Amino acid sequence: MTAVLEQTAGVAASSRRGAILSVRDLKTYFATPAGEVKAVDGLSFDLRAGQVLGLVGESGSGKSVTGFSIVRLIEPPGRIVGGEISFKGQELTGASLEEMRRLRGRHIAMIFQDPMMTLNPVLRIDTQMIEAIQAHERVPIAEARARARDALGKVGIPSPEERLKAYPHQFSGGMRQRVAIATALLNQPDLIIADEPTTALDVTIQAQILAEVQKLTRDTNTAVIWISHDLSVVSGMADEVAVMYAGRIVEAGPVAEVINAPRHPYTAGLIGSLPSRNRRGERLRQIHGMTPNLLDLPEGCAFRTRCDHADEACRREPGLFARHGHVHRCFHPCREDA
Amino acid sequence: MVEQALAPEVLEPTVANRQPVITLRGVSRTFGTPPSALARFAERFGGAKSKPTIVHAVDSVDLTVRKGEVLGLVGESGCGKSTLGRIIAGIMPPSSGEVLWRGRRLSELSPRERRAAKLRIQMIFQNPFASLNPRASVAEIVGEAPRIHHLIEGDEGAYVDEQLRRAGLDPSFKSRFPHQFSGGQRQRIGIARALAVQPEFLVCDEAVAALDVSIQAQILNLFMDLREQLDLTYLFISHDLGVVEHLSDRVAIMYLGRIVEEATVEEIFSRPNHPYTQALLEEIPRIETQKRAYTALKGELPSPLAPPPGCPFHPRCPNAFDRCKMEKPALRDVAADHRSACHLNDR
Repeated sequence: MTAVLEQTAGVAASSRRGAILSVRDLKTYFATPAGEVKAVDGLSFDLRAGQVLGLVGESGSGKSVTGFSIVRLIEPPGRIVGGEISFKGQELTGASLEEMRRLRGRHIAMIFQDPMMTLNPVLRIDTQMIEAIQAHERVPIAEARARARDALGKVGIPSPEERLKAYPHQFSGGMRQRVAIATALLNQPDLIIADEPTTALDVTIQAQILAEVQKLTRDTNTAVIWISHDLSVVSGMADEVAVMYAGRIVEAGPVAEVINAPRHPYTAGLIGSLPSRNRRGERLRQIHGMTPNLLDLPEGCAFRTRCDHADEACRREPGLFARHGHVHRCFHPCREDA
Repeated sequence: MVEQALAPEVLEPTVANRQPVITLRGVSRTFGTPPSALARFAERFGGAKSKPTIVHAVDSVDLTVRKGEVLGLVGESGCGKSTLGRIIAGIMPPSSGEVLWRGRRLSELSPRERRAAKLRIQMIFQNPFASLNPRASVAEIVGEAPRIHHLIEGDEGAYVDEQLRRAGLDPSFKSRFPHQFSGGQRQRIGIARALAVQPEFLVCDEAVAALDVSIQAQILNLFMDLREQLDLTYLFISHDLGVVEHLSDRVAIMYLGRIVEEATVEEIFSRPNHPYTQALLEEIPRIETQKRAYTALKGELPSPLAPPPGCPFHPRCPNAFDRCKMEKPALRDVAADHRSACHLNDR
């Protein structure tokens, strides 16, 4: 039932049943002149069909690198140095490029913050969408075109038949993101990885996109990894949430539990600093210090230099503490009733 | 939250009676190119009339910012909120209309007074990476303007240190360059630079939008502390309603170059009048609502190049009727210190 799990073998084995994606101890490092950056450092989680996992973190927490690692789009100097990614029983970390090419776009689709990373600016929308279908299936053009039109209609683009003939620059930002989402849906993937897909959009447009994605996961049973820095959006979208800090998941569990009763001081700090959690006009509760430099992390718990709960014990690496599918990495967690 | 009936007499002494710092009267700003000389020449000799491409970024706005208040300015991208902020900050002249500084027209002021007035309003920008000169040290960035304007009495080094400390930066970093700082620290440098010329009014244009969540709270706290210490007035421009609700005394909502609603923060959030404000409040994601169903407002922000006739919001408005398609609604009082531009109020 839970996305993130203890690494004990027994629990892991039982939870893997029914999971379409299972990530174990994933490590993605970047070799830089200044040293080795451990962008993702020992990440584990599971995802079932139809489930929405919110992956939350600040810049540099490794949330995007996690998404890119799953589809193996990490480029040098980055490298997956350890761990397993099992997608529908297939091991991805060792898969050949040809195998990955067959999976990407067909079974695993990705939506980026900037839709122009998906769309080719010099090709018409229909050309691009038909190509995305024919890359994986032998389908007559007319049929592929009809599928593309239906996909555009599904994400709420008015008069899709005419819009198929348009170029990306003829769409607004919100409409482009819809086209990118429609393209991701073309082959009815089992998993969509959405990396900050609504961050660049206005509030009213964001709400439209969120409504579409919600409807789609309901109708097609697609699993979604929703990567975002925005706890409020994740809270409204996800079934499970995993909070990342300095390359690790520091807390994870069902969204209501994590948001309403956070255990890790970092999660609690993030939630507590939101203006809506503070009395109007008063100072906001704040996490002091800066987002960490991955080359210069404190020993033990990476959050300890910014944490009010920290003491000598935190110089050691905290393991995963779990209760009823709500896990955290902290020696001095916030009280559950707090 | 206890809902209070805000009787006018209760409000008067706190908000309405304060000295206006900036008053805008019918301020508009257009961008675009008038027809070229060649096109005008052709037109004169019977050629086709060329259509100028003109955007009304700000369209006849009346607005007052009073001493000591925080006015939140909210709107979606392209609504003209940044342009309005720049006009108020004095770094962009309006195409038409008047800007009054403490009740006096800018055009009436002597050049010397006008310069002094401009210095009293400073701006904090959204992007702390683009708004700092990458080749100047922090000491130069913060010290340059007060030196030129002869605001420093005594040692410049000590003066710069004081500004940095006030913005929450360690003065020992002052010989460093912007690229050596994180986003949050750079925003503090921008704040120190603005404070160095001793302003009374800060225009913050999406000043925390580019920052990480944990850093955002620190900068917002800094703004609130400075307000108390220095008795500052703010125009706080943001698309983030949560931030605006927290910080502001009054809120103005913009749509397609026009202010569609303006009221105290309590009024806006408890009794929004304009359908656009209502939709914004409805759709803002809130952490309190888990696994909610989003119901989206139809349509998109129309292009400001071709704004719809009548009320600019009518194509998306769930309650629009015939009059909305023809007649632009004026901003009018709907309650004490609460103005809204909607024909529904006449029904």
